[in-house]
Amino acid sequence: MGPLVPDIIGSEFNFVIALLIGIAFGFVLEQAGFSTTKKLVGLFYGYDFTVLKVFFTAGITAMVGVVLLAHLGLLDLDLIYINPTYVRAALIGGGIMGAGFIIGGFCPGTSICALATGKIGAFWFIVGSLFGMLIFMEAYPVFEKIYMADNWGPVRIDKYLGLSQEVFAIIMTATAIAAFFFTQKIQDRLLNIKPSYSRNKIWTYSSFAAMPFIIIALVAITPNSRERMLAKAGNIGLQEKAKEIMADKLILELANNYYNINLIDLRDSSSFQKSHLPLAINIPYDSLLNRSYEDYFKQHYKTNVFYADHPQTAKKAYVIATNLGNAETLVLHESAEQFDSLIFKAEIPATGASKSAQQLYQFRKTMAQNVKQIEDRMQKQSQPVKKETKKVKGGCS
Amino acid sequence: MRAKAFMNPYLAGFLLGLVLLNTIYITGHGLGASGGTKSMVAATVKAVAPDHYANTRYYQEAEAEHPGSPLKNWLFFEIIGVFIGAFASGVISDRVALKLEKGKGVSNTVRIIASITGGLLFGFGSQLGRGCTSGSALSGMAVMSFGGIITMLAIFGSAYMLAYFFRKLWINK
Repeated sequence: MGPLVPDIIGSEFNFVIALLIGIAFGFVLEQAGFSTTKKLVGLFYGYDFTVLKVFFTAGITAMVGVVLLAHLGLLDLDLIYINPTYVRAALIGGGIMGAGFIIGGFCPGTSICALATGKIGAFWFIVGSLFGMLIFMEAYPVFEKIYMADNWGPVRIDKYLGLSQEVFAIIMTATAIAAFFFTQKIQDRLLNIKPSYSRNKIWTYSSFAAMPFIIIALVAITPNSRERMLAKAGNIGLQEKAKEIMADKLILELANNYYNINLIDLRDSSSFQKSHLPLAINIPYDSLLNRSYEDYFKQHYKTNVFYADHPQTAKKAYVIATNLGNAETLVLHESAEQFDSLIFKAEIPATGASKSAQQLYQFRKTMAQNVKQIEDRMQKQSQPVKKETKKVKGGCS
Repeated sequence: MRAKAFMNPYLAGFLLGLVLLNTIYITGHGLGASGGTKSMVAATVKAVAPDHYANTRYYQEAEAEHPGSPLKNWLFFEIIGVFIGAFASGVISDRVALKLEKGKGVSNTVRIIASITGGLLFGFGSQLGRGCTSGSALSGMAVMSFGGIITMLAIFGSAYMLAYFFRKLWINK
């Protein structure tokens, strides 16, 4: 699940990725015509709306893509960087940048592309921008108040407007398409072009424009990966075949192969604190989908054994866990309480009980003692290491 | 040889969107440009005036957040890539040539002074506004950041309002 940095891709290799992404970024910007001022400022005089078309198509492609990836469970929106909102700094800074744009003819990214293709204006623009940044950093105390004012944090506009992200994405896409249509009219009138569009071209453009709407509609009507998984887990019947393990077998395994087993207690943490099976770790059922536990379900070394207040809960967890990863998973046939009374509170058989009952009692007693001993030795290792899921740092400032 | 035509803007936008989406998927943050150049400024200050660097709060706060050289910055490596990618694209499409683009009737000196002034403003504004057209406006839009979208409106709004006054730099009216 994305983002891949820092868990799947290390931060050093990330610099190589930065270079590769930069190459793609620069290549596309140059192909789009962003290395020439005439195209860039054309937007502000109405003779060339390329910037608007490229910018909004890119923004909407990425926006719809983010919504889709999150829906499919491929991207964790809680972890990605949302540019923070400092209202005053954004408006004043943006205003100054706009002036820089129309006077200098570039913005920082496009000036690098233009320099790469030999534009002299871009060279001087970059020189100016380096000094502009230097001034800000040197005189930071003077501007700090404005810079820090009205801190709203990482607000998302859909939340701010009280809309769902799907509705906002639809509005944004519709706005962009309307803008493309009308700016094309303006441009044609200004340049005295009588446009003629072939049926083929109209067909291509309309289907291209319909794509984001179709994707958003599918996202809106289908349950997301998390909902699907929970629904599947909710439907499971008692008869459903989750791989089970019986109490006696489990205690034998724990006594002999505890290092091959993750015994996972699915009850909430307060019941876990009160009492739990020896060697158990606690992953409450409700937080199974929490990213920090993912590693337990995606490993090939240990067998996960679930138990809960009710075997039914453990079976639901089985469905979720086997959906999340390929780790070998078992469900304890008994409930936590049953297990406890069977093994740890095993009753001494009445005198005259059968030999097998006597043996079973002896077996349970010995195993229970062994496992308790192992737990005593491993006290310090019994809790899962809390893995921190850090929010990504990003931004351009 | 004549320069090849530019790519269809919608196709270019779509590809740019895919680059941005990949960036978010891989790194969790968006693209940028001004952040990369800023790290060059900070690195230069550190190399040229280390005492001053150590005594200025802004640099120290930045260093506390990202220890090590200011150039050890994702966006710095990214803008090196941008330069390489744009150059490759320019070579492929025969568009690399030393050129000063400007409106007719504008002297070279005026255009260069305007470039420096524009750069100065944009560089300063990008620091105050926490990112430029790429890092704040475009990447912010992709993740529906309120701040990113109002920065975008402010940039384009202000450029439209001022366009009339600077028309001679670019067009002949």
